[in-house]
Order: sequence, then C-alpha cells, then structure tokens
Amino acid sequence: MTKNLETGMRPRTIRFENAYFSEGFSIVGPKELRGKLGDRFDFALLNDRFDQKTFEKAERKMFETAIDGVVSKSKLLPIDVDAILGGDLLNQIISASYSARKSPASFLGLYNACGTYAESLLIGAAMVNKYYKNVVCLSGSHFSSAERQYRYPLELGVLRSPMTQWTCTGVGATLLTDTEIRPNSPRVTAGTAGRVIDFGIKDVNNMGAAMAPAACDTLRQFFADTGKTVDDYDLILTGDLGKLGKEILMDLAAQEGIDLSKNYADCGAALYFERQKTYQGGSGAACSAIVTNSIILDSLRDGSMKNVLLIGTGALMSPVSAFQGESIAAIAHLVEITGNVDESPVEVENNEDFKSEENK
Amino acid sequence: MKNVDKENKNSQIGKVEKTLNFKGEESLEQSPERDIHFAAKKKKHYEEVSRKFDKIDKSNYKTYVFYKSPKSSHFKNMFWAFVIGGLICVIGQAFIELYKALDFPAEKASALASSTLVLLAALFTGFGIYDLLGRFAGAGSTIPITGFSNAVVAPALEFRCEGMIYGLGAKMFLIAGPVIVNGVAVSVLIALLTLLFGGA
Repeated sequence: MTKNLETGMRPRTIRFENAYFSEGFSIVGPKELRGKLGDRFDFALLNDRFDQKTFEKAERKMFETAIDGVVSKSKLLPIDVDAILGGDLLNQIISASYSARKSPASFLGLYNACGTYAESLLIGAAMVNKYYKNVVCLSGSHFSSAERQYRYPLELGVLRSPMTQWTCTGVGATLLTDTEIRPNSPRVTAGTAGRVIDFGIKDVNNMGAAMAPAACDTLRQFFADTGKTVDDYDLILTGDLGKLGKEILMDLAAQEGIDLSKNYADCGAALYFERQKTYQGGSGAACSAIVTNSIILDSLRDGSMKNVLLIGTGALMSPVSAFQGESIAAIAHLVEITGNVDESPVEVENNEDFKSEENK
Repeated sequence: MKNVDKENKNSQIGKVEKTLNFKGEESLEQSPERDIHFAAKKKKHYEEVSRKFDKIDKSNYKTYVFYKSPKSSHFKNMFWAFVIGGLICVIGQAFIELYKALDFPAEKASALASSTLVLLAALFTGFGIYDLLGRFAGAGSTIPITGFSNAVVAPALEFRCEGMIYGLGAKMFLIAGPVIVNGVAVSVLIALLTLLFGGA
C-alpha cells in the first residue's frame, strides 16, 4: 500500500476501545419504502409531508421521531442521553437543532453535507470512549426541502440530467454507549477523519465524480495507517457516490492497488430500483444513515457480517459557491464497525438436534 | 480449516451482493431483454474508459469524468420535445380557431388563446402534472408560453409557506425574472436600433 505523500505520512486513524453501536433507528419516506431496501427500515412515512404544513416541519418531525425511536428502542429514558450529535442539509442545520430542543441532552450541530452521519459517528465514538455514557448520532435529509434549497421548485418542469442523484428522504439515528447494554452490539473500533479534496469538478449534477477522489484518499489513508487490506472486511460501504461515483472510485482505488470489485457497495446505488427513475441512485445526508441503521446493523447483529467500513462522503458546496463558479470540494470520513457476536456452541448443538431429528 | 473460512466468507459476500448490490437484477430479469442489453453496454463502456486512462490524477480527472459520465440521448430528448411542444402549439391553434368561430377578430383570438394556455398550464402546475410532462419533454414544455406560466406558478406554490410578502411575493419571479429582465432589455435595444437605422 502506498503511503500518502501529501499528508507527510502522518497517521490519521483513531482507535476506540469501548464505543458500542447499541441501537439504531431509521425512518424513511415513501419512495425509499418502495425501493430495494424498503422492508428493512423501522418506520416509513406514507406521505412526504408527515401531516405537517411545510416540508421543513416534516423534516423536523422526522428528526424528533428518530431521536424518540432510538431512545425507546434501547429502553432508556430521554434523560439518560448525554449528548445529541447531528446535522442535516438545510441552511443553518435547522432541522437537527430544532428537533433537539425537546430533548434534555446537550446538542452539538455538525455539518459535512452528506458525510454528516460518518462524522457524527466518529465524534460520538470519541466522546463515548472517554467522557460520555450515551450519545445519539443522527443525520437526515428530506427530498423536497433540499431540492428547493439546492435546485429548482418541485413543480417546475425541468429535464433532469442522467448524472443526477435523488436526495433521499429519511433520518437515521444511532445510540452509542460506553458499555454493552444489549448483547451482540457491534462496536465502532476505528475511524479516519478525511481531508477536503478538490479535483476541480464544477458540474453540480455530478456529485459522485466530485466525491470519489475524497473517498479514495480516506480509504488509502486508513489502509496505510492500519496495514489492513480490503479482504479483511466483509463489506466496504460508501455513502452516496451513486452508480457513476462507484465506478469512478473503483477505478481510482485500482490505481492505488485496492481492489474493490468484490465486497464494495454504495448506499445511494443500493436504495432504489432502476424503474424509480433516480438515474444514479440516492444521495443526501440520510443515505448512509438509514442504510447503516437498518440492514447493516441487522447483519452485524446476526453475524452474517463481521466488520464493515463505512465511508461517509460529502460535497461541501452551496448554491452560492456554485453560482460564483467555484469547483466542488469534497470530504470523506471513514468509520470501522466491527460485529461483536459471541460464537457460542449453542448453535452447533441446535444443528445436531436438527440433524438427529432428520435422521429419525 | 482456512479454506472453509474462505468459503464461508465468499458465501457471505454473495449474500451481501444479493441484498445490497444486485437486488435490482430481480427486476432486470422480469423486464425485457432490452434492459439487460443496455446494462451490458454500460458495463462495456465503463470498462473501455477505465482501460483508456491508465493513470488518473488531478490533471486529467475532468476528461476522465467526461468520458465516463452517461450522456443524455439527444434523439430521444428532441423527439419528445418535438411531439409535446408541437402538441401544445396544436392546442393553441385549436383555441384560436375556436375563438375565431365565436366571432372574435383574429388579433384578439390569438391573445385569448395565449391567455387560455397560460391559465391551463398554471392549473396543471397546481395539480402536479406539468412537472411530470417537463421531466421527459424538456424544451418542448419549457419554450412555449405554458413553460413561462409554469416557471411563475411553481415557485409561487413552493414559497407560499414563507408568507405572502417574503415568500410568494419575493420568490415568485425567481426563475421567470431573468427572462423578463433580459427580454425588456433586449426589446429596448432593438427599439433603439429600429429608431436609429430602420426609420419609420
């Protein structure tokens, strides 16, 4: 593995001893419900508005539901939560911060565009490792509110470019704890905070291409720091590169000697069916959060996956910077989540029983 | 023992692929061969591009992305723009003929037909139909006067929740505004030119 010359070969990976990924909660919109992973989520909205007057209020209510959901699922009281870390895509991250006003916990607002979830896991794990007991990390986005802030009004008839992605509606919340409050909880074992990378892409429709170099850089840094390889992981998961970004990252990584053809998936590309006309798949701050808190958490708990690398990618642009002709800067944070399943002999005994029954 | 572990791992990877990567292939199998053909074509294109660029770095990244990105089908876009745009114009002409039949003078009939089209487009925008039309018709639904109506009504609906003045009033001409400003500026320019050179 080549060392990163630009960063002076400084290791940037942090290790965590006791950060348990205790509980997860995912809430999604109707389009995601009809998508590929539709049956895996905890809660789905039947209409985009969530019975609120505006889409912003709907997004806020989704955040509130997610915080309540993850706390009640883990059988804690709201007062047991020490801090909430989170963010969303709206200006001044209003959804996450307004939803935290009903909670007695302290709140830290984060923004890394679509990489917010990975960032919150990284910071949350660091805090739980030493200072706090229970921390809720969350991130989410809403298609309609994000669309009107970043692009056009909803009802405007415009032709979408085949490179665009669909901002997904949803919120994913995770409870990190310093002790194992539930058996078989996965652990957050390591994390690499990313650098801001800009390869000069200016097309706001092509976020995947802007973010792929950042993801590649962070991945390379992590492998150089830890000495691990792709084969050590059951799944490498990027946030919202989309189908095109996925192909680009595979090419970029192949140059660095990282072969991603076997066990690599992208949350955005995995969310929707082809017939849903999202073109390159999903994007948005919710993307990695809802996938991690549903299918990935389940797989880590039942032992079908042992360890997962989550790379949250974010395009750090705004409509202002885009109109002023700036290129899109991108960031990627990496979190290593390791399953903690006891390989107890109970299963084997059960199998033998089953076999003996078969023999009869 | 190691081999067994490896096999287990491979089967796990297979499971991951089934759940995450390739679940869409179920729908591919149901759909006609055309989809499979296109998927294969896309894959071939991706592979060709990656072979062409053996070293990707900051300097040639933009070119690489340009080759790698899917292009929109010009023929398909133009065909639908032609059909839908033409259809809107036919409806407009039908209205002109209708108003003429109702004994309006020719000039008034065309003005009335335009306003009827604007009204209809505004209504369809409100019902949420016009954006579905625009999603595949493109310029066919943007260029006629109905597109202008859509560009005014869509932001008005969208920003209504910020109040009548700071929302609706301020944001209504968000998209149509530049068209009006440039239209007025160019018309003044042309009027001046006609005054200077065209004579009366």
